[in-house]
Amino acid sequence: MPQFDLKDSSVVVIVGSGAGGGTLAHELTRRGLKVVLFEAGPRQSAATFSQNPGEAFRQLTWLEPRSQSGNWGAVQTAPTMPAWHCRTVGGTTVHWTAATPRLQQYEIRARSTYGDIPGTSLADWPIEYPELKRWYIATEKRMGVTRRNGNPGMPASNNFKVMYAGARKAGYKRVHTNYLAINSRVRDGRGLCIQQGFCTSGCKTDAKWSTLVTEIPRAEATGRLDLRSKCLVTRIEHDAKGRASAVVYRDAAGVEQRQQARLVCVAGNAVETPRLLLMSESARFPHGLANGSGQVGRNYCHHVLGFVWGIFDQPVSMWRGAVLAGVIEDENVDNRQRGFVGGYHLELAMVELPTLPLIGLPYGWGRDFSSIIDNYRNMAGMLINGEDLPRPDNRITLSSTLKDAFGNPTAHVHCDEHPNDVALRKHAQAQGKRVYEAAGAKRVVFSGTPPATHQMGTARMSHDPALGVTNPFGRTHEVPNLFISDGSVFPTAGAANPTLTIVSLVLRQAEYIERELAAGTL
Amino acid sequence: MNELTHTTMNRRRFVQSATGVLTGVLSALSPLAALVPGRAWAVEMRALSATQAATLLAVIRTIAPHEGLDDAAYALVVAAVDADAAGGADSRAMLTSGIDSLGPDFAKAAEASRVAALKAVESSPFFQSVRVKTLLVLYDNPIAWAHFGYQGEAFSKGGYLLRGFNDLKWLPEVPLSASGPMPVT
Repeated sequence: MPQFDLKDSSVVVIVGSGAGGGTLAHELTRRGLKVVLFEAGPRQSAATFSQNPGEAFRQLTWLEPRSQSGNWGAVQTAPTMPAWHCRTVGGTTVHWTAATPRLQQYEIRARSTYGDIPGTSLADWPIEYPELKRWYIATEKRMGVTRRNGNPGMPASNNFKVMYAGARKAGYKRVHTNYLAINSRVRDGRGLCIQQGFCTSGCKTDAKWSTLVTEIPRAEATGRLDLRSKCLVTRIEHDAKGRASAVVYRDAAGVEQRQQARLVCVAGNAVETPRLLLMSESARFPHGLANGSGQVGRNYCHHVLGFVWGIFDQPVSMWRGAVLAGVIEDENVDNRQRGFVGGYHLELAMVELPTLPLIGLPYGWGRDFSSIIDNYRNMAGMLINGEDLPRPDNRITLSSTLKDAFGNPTAHVHCDEHPNDVALRKHAQAQGKRVYEAAGAKRVVFSGTPPATHQMGTARMSHDPALGVTNPFGRTHEVPNLFISDGSVFPTAGAANPTLTIVSLVLRQAEYIERELAAGTL
Repeated sequence: MNELTHTTMNRRRFVQSATGVLTGVLSALSPLAALVPGRAWAVEMRALSATQAATLLAVIRTIAPHEGLDDAAYALVVAAVDADAAGGADSRAMLTSGIDSLGPDFAKAAEASRVAALKAVESSPFFQSVRVKTLLVLYDNPIAWAHFGYQGEAFSKGGYLLRGFNDLKWLPEVPLSASGPMPVT
């Protein structure tokens, strides 16, 4: 693997090795560019992933505490951990559950479709649906998504049998084992899913697509990738013309270093990306880099999330099988008769026993609380994943109380739920309950709000530089050679798990970068 | 179980530094009885007295009552709380005063009285730290896994693909159009 010189200003720097950064590294290196890819965490592999849920959590997760405010549920349920994402080579694709639904056309026209809803900052995406769809198809082929392009669907697990029986009785039509970036067959040099669970602990057979097992090794094979793991970027610097010129980082030994760059692409996720931009303030950019619009950090979305558990008289053994191998799609529509705008997915879900009381249950203790866990063997589960509406004051700022290991402020997350989010959750919980009761559940339990696993919206793209941080290709309006390459650019959240869209936008961004470089306009 | 068996063997250190010891005997019906040599267990305390440890065990049983779950599992939580108490003067004071405030007869009281006593301190840092520690530790050990029927990791056994991920028979099978065929293995 090459080691590019710190003063080599011909390299592209990418910050973050997850869905966005890892894929972009592959796309740019295969086009002949030299890339330095920074990852704050260490590198693991199928051989090193722990199969103890608690150990795996500590092995993969970004554990640094953050501060929080607002009325969102995680302020109570997870006060120092509003977001649950990874700090390891491959980023959050190492622990994702690999559901890859597409956004619907109405969702990328949220402002036009939903109207002017008070208390929100709804916007339309600056991209046409047919173009997005073209990139979706390319990404689905790349990942080998099940039920797409001739790839077989996942076989039905016990947990899905319960969901399917209940959903059909409740009148739902679009119910299947989900679109998953998990091999249902040996494919692309990777193994098949052996239904072992533990998707969120890293996949021991590499059946699950991640940048760790696909994009990054392929970028390395070009001979043009310099991957620097355990290196945390703390600042992006610019030159006198206002172009990004270097990144400052702490290397694995904690020593401060400076890597020069021709191009900087930030893919730290929608919590860490705005944090880095805000920490990169300067005399020229007093409110943070590329933040003349004031939109950096704002409009933070993370989906309306929550578990629904059905408790039955007979065993389900939900821990056996791929975690998210099931979905009810019928509610992913905009139907105002339900009392809210936007829609949601009901996705099959389970958590391992040790994790259940930590993120899966409502607050409680005593007999009633314990009786839920007593029924672990007889539980079936699903996860509500609904569209939350962007709000200007739901935002990432720099914490005034917490600092990281190097003395830099960690992210502060402020989140107030919109009444629409509350109404959507209530509806989704009632529908989840209907499904399980139709299947014969004797009891249905709703979780509290778990930490956010989907981060979106904090550097939104827009045609108008006054209304967003980047252009429709993720290029920042103010700093011409600075790109945002993760879910931060989403103007709204939709109800789709974001990874498929992140990777699709990054494939499109790579093509744009190639075009602009060739034209001499970058 | 490592924590338990290790501490029983380490008598010398116990004599030198322990503040108390919590002991028990695995139920003959426990699924672990077949797994461990000898059914007696002991956990040495580094900050709590034996009386405090016994009270704490009753607190944890009241927070998370599971019929038939062996005291040995609850003792793991006691040991974890004790380690916190041994970690610093502030947490030691917080935990020991919280335990002592429940009185010497807490462990012998009826469940309804124990629940009422804990309700009265529910918002205290003492109660909340013990509650969170219970959630973290009580379900993350082989004693609990055996009790609740959770099978845990299966990679080492080839996953659940051929070991029951789809063995549910009390509901109809899902049509192939909504799922997918078993892979040929």
